[in-house]
Amino acid sequence: MHITVNGESKEFNQAEFSIADLLEEAEVDSPEMVSVQVNGSVIDRSHYADTTLKDDDEVDFLYFMGGGRR
Amino acid sequence: MIRIGKKTVTAIIAQARKELPNEACGYLAAQDDRIARHYPMTNTDAAGDHFSMDPAEQFAAVKDMRERGLKLRAVYHSHPETPARPSAEDIRLAYDPNVSYVIISLADTEPTIDIKSFIIKDEQVSPEELKIEEEHK
Repeated sequence: MHITVNGESKEFNQAEFSIADLLEEAEVDSPEMVSVQVNGSVIDRSHYADTTLKDDDEVDFLYFMGGGRR
Repeated sequence: MIRIGKKTVTAIIAQARKELPNEACGYLAAQDDRIARHYPMTNTDAAGDHFSMDPAEQFAAVKDMRERGLKLRAVYHSHPETPARPSAEDIRLAYDPNVSYVIISLADTEPTIDIKSFIIKDEQVSPEELKIEEEHK
């Protein structure tokens, strides 16, 4: 399966591949702190495990950015 | 090491002052290991002791970087009243191991504006050299 991840073309062997699988493959330690878009649509974090990716999907993910003294 | 033009530093200090009393934040994008563009972002917390970025703005900025052939190199934010070093909260929330964390302190007045860069991985902080250049070459 061909998926574009953060602008880079990638091939995956799995027939079924979820967002959670992709984040694990990308060695994201804290998937709950990552926002994901699939083909430009934001995916709710509660659906990372049950959102199955399709051939030629475009996936973007980025980390929550924040900080402070609280 | 991060190499950054003086104009960019001046621009982000101006942003930090403009957004007082709140913290300011943004992305720094690089080309060939030199900061080529900064992306001011909205502090959705609108607070002087905390910042959070808006994911929609983050996605838009990263896509713009991609179109321009740039790469996300660092995140910056300001400390209105405290030194340019990561707070415990800054360290705890530094989830992205692939970027540097730049902090601008407005605690002192000019010409001693304090700007520093840090690498934060697994909650371990390492100072990183930040070289301010007169102009982009």
